Amino acid sequence: MRRAAATGAGILLTALTLTLGAPSATAAGPAPAAAVSPTGSTSASPEAGAESPAAQPNPEPTAAAGDVPAGEGELIRARVRTEDREDVAGVRVTVLQDDELVADGTTDASGQVDLVVPEPGAYDVQLDLESLAGDAAGLQPRTNPIATTVDEGNPRTVAFRLGAEAGTQAGADSIGSTQVAQLVANGLRFGLIIAMAAIGLSLIFGTTGLTNFAHSELVTFGALAAYFFNTVTGLHVIVAALLAVVASGAFGWLNDRALWQPLRRRGTGLIAMMIVSIGLSLFLRYLYLYVFGGSSRTYREYQSQAGLELWLVRLRPVDLICMAISVVVLLVVAWALVRTRLGKATRAVSDNPALASASGIDVDRVIRTVWITGGALAGLAGVLLGLQQGLNYQMGFQILLLVFAAVTLGGLGTAFGALVGSLVVGIFIEVSTLFVPTELKNVGALVILILILLVRPQGILGRAQRVG
Amino acid sequence: MDWGSIFTNAAVSLIGVQTVIYALAGIGLNVQFGYAGLLNFGQAAFAAIGAYGIATMVAIAGLPLWLGVVVGVVGAGLFALVLGVPTLRLRADYLAIATIAAAEIVRLLLRSSSLREYTGGSGGVNGFSGDFYALNPFSPGTYGFGPWRFSERTTWVLLVAWVLIAVCCLVVWLLMRSPWGRVLKGIREDEDAVRSLGKNVYAYKMQALVIGGVIGALAGFVSALASGSVQADLYGTPFTFFIYTVLLLGGAARVLGPVVGAMIFWAVLSLTDNVLAQMIQGGYMPTWLMTDTQAGQVRFMLVGLALMLLMIFRPQGIFGDRRELAIDAR
Repeated sequence: MRRAAATGAGILLTALTLTLGAPSATAAGPAPAAAVSPTGSTSASPEAGAESPAAQPNPEPTAAAGDVPAGEGELIRARVRTEDREDVAGVRVTVLQDDELVADGTTDASGQVDLVVPEPGAYDVQLDLESLAGDAAGLQPRTNPIATTVDEGNPRTVAFRLGAEAGTQAGADSIGSTQVAQLVANGLRFGLIIAMAAIGLSLIFGTTGLTNFAHSELVTFGALAAYFFNTVTGLHVIVAALLAVVASGAFGWLNDRALWQPLRRRGTGLIAMMIVSIGLSLFLRYLYLYVFGGSSRTYREYQSQAGLELWLVRLRPVDLICMAISVVVLLVVAWALVRTRLGKATRAVSDNPALASASGIDVDRVIRTVWITGGALAGLAGVLLGLQQGLNYQMGFQILLLVFAAVTLGGLGTAFGALVGSLVVGIFIEVSTLFVPTELKNVGALVILILILLVRPQGILGRAQRVG
Repeated sequence: MDWGSIFTNAAVSLIGVQTVIYALAGIGLNVQFGYAGLLNFGQAAFAAIGAYGIATMVAIAGLPLWLGVVVGVVGAGLFALVLGVPTLRLRADYLAIATIAAAEIVRLLLRSSSLREYTGGSGGVNGFSGDFYALNPFSPGTYGFGPWRFSERTTWVLLVAWVLIAVCCLVVWLLMRSPWGRVLKGIREDEDAVRSLGKNVYAYKMQALVIGGVIGALAGFVSALASGSVQADLYGTPFTFFIYTVLLLGGAARVLGPVVGAMIFWAVLSLTDNVLAQMIQGGYMPTWLMTDTQAGQVRFMLVGLALMLLMIFRPQGIFGDRRELAIDAR
């Protein structure tokens, strides 16, 4: 007990240094980005903010908080990659409207270029084949030019994919087994990440009854902490990830210690606590935005890896390693829940806190452990998610409902249910893109969430009980 | 620091367009959450359905405005029914998850590019408010007194919206002093007790969800007509969370709670926004601490904090009655 408190204090110290370090992260944040700034881009973003002071008195409750240079036209972001997901730098991309040149630019090291067009409308984005050099020389984009429509305030991303032959629309019209296998692999990769967030959420619900809407902010916290260690202090992403997981565990502990434990002691109702968690989620999300900014970033390492052909699927080595890490971590958690004293105590508290307490289990200690573990797992999920899709301030919130879907599907409060539910949700989301547009893939998962509640509210592995 | 303009803006926010939108949405939520105890976290979707009802009917289908209003109201009612069937039998936290998921489904569908020809994609729809402003009895000019001076268009929007608010408040007041309202409050306090008296709890909850949803759609109408455009992302989850804050601020289960809540909410936000903006402009705020864009984000943090603190320390809000709010008792 005392030892736990001592390590807790040590962890708190880490958290403190972290929060103290955070403002400097903003100060130093733009620097690495500027180092790889778009070469020859027409964007004039430094001036963009200067002449638009917040003089608009009418408040608009927009959810999307400025990632477009304010009042300076609309943004088209062109991204050039090979089929092996390698970013191609130094490619000239032009934007045409009615065959007239509107904007042009050259892709940077991450294969991206931001092109600013004066107003919303329809544009053709064209890749200059002459400018392909080095390994990329001679490759053909699948479609060129790409027609796009830009809406006001919504940056558009246009992706060119370079292949050996032009216009090989592989598998676009027929559903091949390769395509299914690839989607299943992608789904598994995503599902494993969801699982790590879901187990924490489920354990916290099981032991304290709290439906924690701020769990997503633990995920984002892990990803951003790793980014901080990675870019600001310059550590390798693996070291940064380890530190971030420790910091996330500490953050989870801090969450419980500073907020939830006092609320439990006061006897605050569960519904009230849920609304508090929504407020906390909103607060933290915009705190991240405040510190981190609205743009999407990536870690310094493992960004332009070639995919490996593995039987039917193609995955990057970093994806494989992420998946391996997730599997190992999940197995360890599962083993700990089943075999160790603390794990058994956790399940006992989930089952019946009063009875567990009466039989000599230190409920507070269990809850503390669950928060630390849940925080660390969520943080790890954030890091892995960040490695795969890049980071932004609301990356956790974007998967929160999917995590809820996974937890509900598996049965709220059961750890193994959360695991099964996550894999089902992850694979379902990816495979469903065979039938629905990719932008709507999450809709399917949310519909399933509601249908499950209709048919089997206790979930796949949950025990049948009255939930209404 | 120009305190004059800061206070003028705050005063305008007391009765301004944002205030009326959130007051209406809050009145709807009050029926569901305040009186019936339903944790509807999908109120944004009802407003979105109202707003898109008008926008798509008028601008895309080319039908008259009144038909758009009918479609919005009926759509919101139907959505409440569809949402209620699977969720109203569930425990409160499940209901919250299911409604928030449903609201996201609506938002994602409305903004999807596959449905662009019907809903305008992520850019939304505009050019549908002509009929509404054609009915404007005010001739061009400025109306009002003191700090409250509005253009003829805003005056017309505010007039219609405040009449709607008054009517909705009256309806809610009449409903809640009727036997129906007493049963509803009984369900909030103790569902099983009401059930044992032979009442159909499920039907009552459904009725509350539909009424609240339709009032939410009215908020969508005002929001769409006031700005002359609709955009799906305006009706995301923050919209719902803002409404909850408005409702909890004024006091849930009070007829005028959401109205007073919205007035205070937007006046305070306007005050902080403007003070921060002026501090940055005047150079009182070091730029490493806060920039223009960051000042806009402070609002969301404040709302989050307010929601937490209200729920912890004063769940009944400013004017509420603690005995009226049973969510803390269970």
